[in-house]
Amino acid sequence: MVSTISGVRLRVLQMYRYDEVDQRLVDERVAQFRDQTRRHLAGQLSEDDFRPLRLQNGLYIQRFAPMLRVAIPYGLLSSRQLRALAYIARRWDRGTGHFSTRQNIQFNWPKLAEVPDILAHLASVQMHAIQTSGNCIRNTTTDHLAGVAPDEIVDPLVWCELVRQWSTFHPEFAYLPRKFKIAVSGAEQDRAAIQVHDIGLQALHGENGEIGFRVWVGGGLGRTPVIGTVIREFLPWRHMLSYLEAILRVYNRYGRRDNKYKARIKILVKELTPDLFRAQVEAEWAHLKDGPATLTGAEVRRIEGRFTRPQYRKLEPLPLQYTQALAREPGFARWVGRNVHAHKVPGYAAVTLSLKKTGVPPGDATAEQMDAVADLADRYSFGELRVSHEQNLILSDVRQSDLHALWHEAKALGLATPNIGLISNIISCPGGDFCALANAKSIPVAEAIQRRFDDLDYQHDIGELDLNISGCMNSCGHHHVGHIGILGVDKQGAEYYQVSIGGAQGNEASLGRVIGPAFAQDEVPEVIARLVETYLARRDSEAERFIDVVRRIGIEPFRENIYGNTHQTREARAGQLAAA
Amino acid sequence: MATLIRHAKPAQDSWLRLEPAAEGAPPAIPERGDLLVPLKLWQSSAGVLLGRPSGRIGVWLAPDEDPALIADSLDALALVAVFFPQFTDGRGYSTARLLRERYGWRGELRAIGDVQRDQLFYLSRVGFDAFELNDGIDLQSALSAFADFSEAYQTSVERPLPLFCRRSTEAA
Ligand code: HEM
Ligand code: SF4
Repeated sequence: MVSTISGVRLRVLQMYRYDEVDQRLVDERVAQFRDQTRRHLAGQLSEDDFRPLRLQNGLYIQRFAPMLRVAIPYGLLSSRQLRALAYIARRWDRGTGHFSTRQNIQFNWPKLAEVPDILAHLASVQMHAIQTSGNCIRNTTTDHLAGVAPDEIVDPLVWCELVRQWSTFHPEFAYLPRKFKIAVSGAEQDRAAIQVHDIGLQALHGENGEIGFRVWVGGGLGRTPVIGTVIREFLPWRHMLSYLEAILRVYNRYGRRDNKYKARIKILVKELTPDLFRAQVEAEWAHLKDGPATLTGAEVRRIEGRFTRPQYRKLEPLPLQYTQALAREPGFARWVGRNVHAHKVPGYAAVTLSLKKTGVPPGDATAEQMDAVADLADRYSFGELRVSHEQNLILSDVRQSDLHALWHEAKALGLATPNIGLISNIISCPGGDFCALANAKSIPVAEAIQRRFDDLDYQHDIGELDLNISGCMNSCGHHHVGHIGILGVDKQGAEYYQVSIGGAQGNEASLGRVIGPAFAQDEVPEVIARLVETYLARRDSEAERFIDVVRRIGIEPFRENIYGNTHQTREARAGQLAAA
Repeated sequence: MATLIRHAKPAQDSWLRLEPAAEGAPPAIPERGDLLVPLKLWQSSAGVLLGRPSGRIGVWLAPDEDPALIADSLDALALVAVFFPQFTDGRGYSTARLLRERYGWRGELRAIGDVQRDQLFYLSRVGFDAFELNDGIDLQSALSAFADFSEAYQTSVERPLPLFCRRSTEAA
């Protein structure tokens, strides 16, 4: 099971393959939902009684049509699965899919009566929409570079699959007070935003080298953003499921059910205080510890054995043709600088295909693009790819010697925008164009900002900057943890945008602070430009990022450059902005 | 009267359910017959209830009532029921597991309230073996719900060992 390459012991996992039971359960779920849909359409199951059932199959009723959310468990996708998604987009949608921030893909135009057929098609490629919505344990998410990142301590994929199986059809936790999201990270840099999840598991090694988890609980965004709290510094791997069970049971029994805005676990943790919450979990766990849910080494190895493994070749790192192309072609070098990531295995790299081309809604991919990316994955990356929570696609195992050829192909497909980590790599929710809950549109705002910063040289000069947009306080676009966050608000029926700065995800997660009164849609690009201007004027070197400067000097200088001093009237400010 | 399913078959119901008392006045306690009483009544009047000339006693729990409160009474009871105000209120699922797994309740465990066809599979997995169906639920369809899934990953009352343990003992 352990392959040896250039003396390095590597166990890189790729796709999980269903066994007979995994497949049977997914097939039975399709049959169950088909029957529920039939009863609903026949008038035997009322809309109220049907709603929680369809939600647990990813089906929302949205502004224009139903919306179907399909799980991409921990972000892994084979080329065959991506082709199936393209097929679904073509046959049952209007030819596009929207990759979300939660390693899901959403289809905006399916017909209710046809959803069982879509689910059946998904099941035929080992996919599903189980628990992608509703008040249950949702799709578990992880680092999009899981398994291949050089800073990885523990490969999270096996643990993610164990959580997937445990949470799938968990009979006790199907009707929680509210949705429940678990994220797992195994690297030094947290790329899975574990501190803003209901439970975040940070995989690490204990004192004797044993694998275990630091357990965060009660993080979340939405209308009450909270950074999670550590309730256990080290949980040995054997106890992972029994401990999750203890947390979920405390939440299921005591989480608030009287007010849906106070029903997330973060509110329970806050109201009890983290210490008391921890004590309750530990008391519950004392009963469950070492019980039947205790994991065994045999099971962990069995799951590990069901993942495919890339057949890496022994390659020279930095082959000549690659370094020469880098020296010769600045456009290529720029793309490599932004969109290519280091890999554990010498001679390989991970590549982000950007779904953030200006003018295309962030995260959207057409069926043609999906098919083309599936081909790229087959030819360049062992037929596998990943979906990131930043709404991009990743080819995780590309030979450095192939990067130049891949770059040309990706460019032709409109997927090579060299903007990963830059201001135009906007994370955005679908907003008012699609979502029934929206206060304001978000896609046109994203586009207007991308246009304002269209000059790539300028973008690269600005450097690392996360910009996130949500169309309402449900925060699907994670605006609280954007270095710049934009939130759609309703002002007497008009769409306005509140801007915050100083948020961050990852190890130093923080929540942004609102800079002042909200803006009209057409003012937003200029406001962002002024924030950037302040940053550029105040940074002490190119190495100091936007977020670093906000942390060092606070939000006041940024605010002043936009609102002027506090005596200035709103009219004067509007006039100034219009003139700019 | 609601349709009762017991051990996955249609069943006759001999139990009369009492509702909690309106302000102050304790509910009248019938002399005879099987009685399913709210927790409060059990707590205030166990002696009276057990001293009746005939009939068995059961207790039903509201979603926020801790099953620990009847842990010491279980020997005296012939039925425990858990009330679901709406089927989306999932607290009763934890109550059921605690009754079965922690407090050792072996007798009939009944789901009452908003009990519908599509929850029966999960309810049966957490330890319920009797179900008072909501009005208007098709009995035949409900009886088929126990077979919605043929396997399950997790530990539960109905299959105490998780799939991964059963799998490894099968293989061994
Ligand atoms: C268009 C249909 C959608 C609807 C109706 C919807 C609804 C919601 C609601 C109501 C919440 C708040 C939950 C709470 O705080 O209790 C939420 C949170 C969230 N949504 Fe969506 N959403 C939609 C689409 C999306 C999309 C497309 C994405 C990804 C781009 C997304 C990602 C998230 C995330 C990450 C959160 C988490 C914030 C948190 O819970 O901490 N959602 N969504
Ligand atoms: S943030 Fe609001 S507008 Fe955007 S998708 Fe979520 S619920 Fe809809």
